[in-house]
Amino acid sequence: MTSFQLKIVTPDGLCFDGQAEELIVRTTTGDMGFMAGHTNCVAPLGMGRATVVVNGQKRYGACIGGMVTVLDGAVSLVATTFEWAEDIDLPRAERSYERAQKVLNDKSATDTDIRLAQARLRRALVRKGVGTMK
Amino acid sequence: MATVSTKEIKNRIRSMESTKQITRAMEMVAASKLRHTQQRVAAARPYYETLLDTIGDIVASGSAEESPYLQQRPVKRTAYVVFAGDRGLAGGYNSNLLKAAYGAMKEQDAVVLPVGKKATEFFKARQIPMLTDGAEAASVTVGDCFSIAKHLCKCYCQGEFDEIVVLYTKFVSALSQVPETLRLLPLTPEAAEKSGKEVLYEPGCEAVLEAIIPEYLGGVLYGALCESRASEQAARRTAMNAATQNAEEMIGELSLKFNQARQAAITQEITEIVAGS
Repeated sequence: MTSFQLKIVTPDGLCFDGQAEELIVRTTTGDMGFMAGHTNCVAPLGMGRATVVVNGQKRYGACIGGMVTVLDGAVSLVATTFEWAEDIDLPRAERSYERAQKVLNDKSATDTDIRLAQARLRRALVRKGVGTMK
Repeated sequence: MATVSTKEIKNRIRSMESTKQITRAMEMVAASKLRHTQQRVAAARPYYETLLDTIGDIVASGSAEESPYLQQRPVKRTAYVVFAGDRGLAGGYNSNLLKAAYGAMKEQDAVVLPVGKKATEFFKARQIPMLTDGAEAASVTVGDCFSIAKHLCKCYCQGEFDEIVVLYTKFVSALSQVPETLRLLPLTPEAAEKSGKEVLYEPGCEAVLEAIIPEYLGGVLYGALCESRASEQAARRTAMNAATQNAEEMIGELSLKFNQARQAAITQEITEIVAGS
């Protein structure tokens, strides 16, 4: 299968730089797939699972926020956070999930608290979902 | 008389020694922190550059001219984000940056978002309106940068200010750090080159820009924060290195004086004994 240059960068560093055959990411409007020869494109990312196919092997990652761009055949995934499934700290995600649930069940929580908790819950769910797919 | 002065000199030498120990320890700490922060700068750089390139491409393509982020409004009020340190003893690190900041905002209506205790104190003393209570530079995280960016974007779109400028200290090398001013918003299309490439924006150009700009601001703020932190440590290391050297020099001079005084006392004693016999 033909491959393309893929770069995954986050503020914490470079997560991947090399040839890949396929990339599927969750954008704000739904999942989007990229293969070699994709037209130039820019799309903002949502929260969700990212699938990267390298040498016929599928790798999964939790990808939250940022954008994906294709320029002259090279794909860059500029994410706010990106963690490979094997790097995800599952107990931490579990704890974060429980904490968020507690806030959401709390009747006295303020609007900001609820908004933050919702965001945390979504992130924890994505991490939990990806983390169990090793 | 001679005995008093040797004692005095001895005391001074001792206090100088302990000062030297402290400055040397601070130098070591700064050097080790510098290594960490430098790694952080290197790690964040690819992210920052890709982000900058992409934004540049979108702006240059000219397909998003209606976006509020690209509109050049007459500047009535400017928001400054200033990154300084939490602590002193870092040579000219804080004062250089704050002087540059104050010089820029004196002439106009400005609000400031200070990061670092030194910056907060500085602007409080000069009674410049602040957006937040100020944060400690050491405790700001990536997440904080993104929430600051979101907040700034919201205020910008509501017209609370017409320009966003970030002031930070650029880490050129371990020996040189320069205060830098960077205008974040509005974006200026660099007229020079229009790439002319066809780019697909999903779901739409405006929507993409809408989603990416806060991301971009967050990324730039984080980059500036990393650079500032590295600069602070580098500045502190240089300052403490100089302090240690000065202390050594003074100790040398004082020991010379001490020896001279001791010698003089002995000579005097001998003279007295000889004269007395």
